[in-house]
Amino acid sequence: MAKRGMDAEARQGFTLIAPPFIYALAILAAPILTILSYSFLTDGYLEVVREFTLDNYRQVWTDPIVRTVMLRSLMVSALVTLVTVVLAFPVAYYVSFMVRPERKSMWLFLITIPFWTSYLIRVFLWKVILGYNGVINSSLTGLGIIDEPLTFILYNVNSIVLTLAHAYAPFAILPIFVALEKIDRSLLEAGRDLGENRLMTFWRVTLPLAMPGVIAAVLIVFIPTIGDYVTPELIGGGKIPMIANLIQVQMLALDNRPLGSALAVTAMLVVAVVSLLFLALNRRFLKVKQ
Amino acid sequence: MSDDSSPMIECRELQKYYGDYHALRGIDLSIREGEFFSLLGPSGCGKTTLLRVIAGFEDISAGAVLIDGRHMEDVPANRRPTNMVFQSYAIFPHLSVAENVAFGLRRDPRPKPEKAAMVEEALEMVGLRGYGGRAAHALSGGQRQRVALARALILKPKVLLLDEPLSALDRKMREQMQVELIKLQRQVGITFVLVTHDQEEALVMSDRIAVMFEGEIAQLDEPEALYARPASRRVADFIGVMNFLPARILDEADGRATADIPGLGVVDLPEGQISRADADDSGPMIGFRPETMTLLRPGQTSQQARETGAVIDEVVYYGDMTYYDLRLDGSARLDGKARTVRISMRNVFGRDVPCVGTAVRLAWSPGSLVLFR
Repeated sequence: MAKRGMDAEARQGFTLIAPPFIYALAILAAPILTILSYSFLTDGYLEVVREFTLDNYRQVWTDPIVRTVMLRSLMVSALVTLVTVVLAFPVAYYVSFMVRPERKSMWLFLITIPFWTSYLIRVFLWKVILGYNGVINSSLTGLGIIDEPLTFILYNVNSIVLTLAHAYAPFAILPIFVALEKIDRSLLEAGRDLGENRLMTFWRVTLPLAMPGVIAAVLIVFIPTIGDYVTPELIGGGKIPMIANLIQVQMLALDNRPLGSALAVTAMLVVAVVSLLFLALNRRFLKVKQ
Repeated sequence: MSDDSSPMIECRELQKYYGDYHALRGIDLSIREGEFFSLLGPSGCGKTTLLRVIAGFEDISAGAVLIDGRHMEDVPANRRPTNMVFQSYAIFPHLSVAENVAFGLRRDPRPKPEKAAMVEEALEMVGLRGYGGRAAHALSGGQRQRVALARALILKPKVLLLDEPLSALDRKMREQMQVELIKLQRQVGITFVLVTHDQEEALVMSDRIAVMFEGEIAQLDEPEALYARPASRRVADFIGVMNFLPARILDEADGRATADIPGLGVVDLPEGQISRADADDSGPMIGFRPETMTLLRPGQTSQQARETGAVIDEVVYYGDMTYYDLRLDGSARLDGKARTVRISMRNVFGRDVPCVGTAVRLAWSPGSLVLFR
């Protein structure tokens, strides 16, 4: 008699993964579906009217403020990604190539130290460092280098980029480190043996082979920073909102959930499109085959 | 050695320390142009270190390396007239076969089509014609090896360095590549320096072999001489199989020696058969190769000078050959310990292999014995 349905092993497997699967569904899929359905409903001021509409999306896609904030978010997270990855690469390179093997895990451990304090406190600390009466300004005035505190170092895009780049540094260092560790060292010797100096060997061998790690770092930094809420609020002083701040305003301050949901879905789509474009470009131009 | 042309590679009093570890202990070596030279030794003997020193990947603590008459002290690896085939082959995984082979041609001023033709030619030379477009990671071990060879040879180096290039291949492939490498070396005429721990590989391929132990060259000779006249017991033991029997020196004069060997009797040995390399504690020993003695069938006679009785202890059948472990009559005469020796015989089709416990006669001649002092 032919077996019907699942055999015992498959059933056991499904039983095992069922709790986390249901949990993931409840935590991830349900809210996304809720947001998605809200975004097609009508706002009735302080309440949600159950009527299908595309007005929210129309408003999101035509509003110049949304466009400005969306572009700013993209610009800021692109900048943060660039700064983070460019600064993380030398660190990862140093740990992978210069540090003695038995010291490597200690270095990785040290890199994670900033994570011992909460994200919020680290952001606050940057405010303390960069503020009007902050560490930098008071030291510089105390040393007589400047007469009055610098104002361009806080409450602007630069300070947001600086704070986020610091916060996400380990997320960029670790994948690049792993990619560098995987490179067979004899490949670098082969590059030298075939007549290239250290710099050209780096350019023609190390960098292309490290690209998977760099791509992972870019995505890991870019995707969460575009939706970052705390840093623009604190470091940007609320004057330079990013898309997450706009969503918060619509959802909570103005209690326009349908519009806030449409914003959130739009932001999600933009991130997805940008990430996919990035991956496609990489595949096309860098030809990273592993 | 009388050689009027200057050597391609010359090492003078090379010393290399890794911290406290003395990896190379005064290497003096000269390798001729166009020679197939092997560095042979067990792992950790310094052979790979020496190769990497020549390639420029390792600094030296003292001494000098000259390639084609030029001091290499301040010449980095990328400017040396050497190319290497790495043990892992070091094929760039992000590049195609053709891109791998063309890697070293970047600064070559020739136009692109000409370079492409060179790549195709190099691939053809190693038997990989038409493989240029393949991805490097889609190749088998043997193919990777060939790509690594093509990549190095396309640059027409003065010296090709090979770091255990065949150790990752299976036996059939290895034997095939050995022959191909010899042919290739004759074809291109480049000096090859091979590092290997496989004595058979070194014997098959090399013009000359340097046997290394513990950072020193124990013997440098042509394969035949190395096999027939090993300079020390250690070299003899490392290269092929050698039987050792304790000997008692009865008389020594004018470089000749008369020795009494339990099981074989008294023999007179001329100077060429006496090895005076550093004696160890075990006293004088007589050595001989398994194939130099012949097992006689009943009633068979031999042209060889001497005959000895023995009993078969073990028979190891190899298809084309059989190894016999024999207990020599009277071998316990000197110190009460019976000794077995290993004899190899080519099998004759259709003839029975004698079985364990049979009493047999061995024919041999004193000319095949080597005395280790």
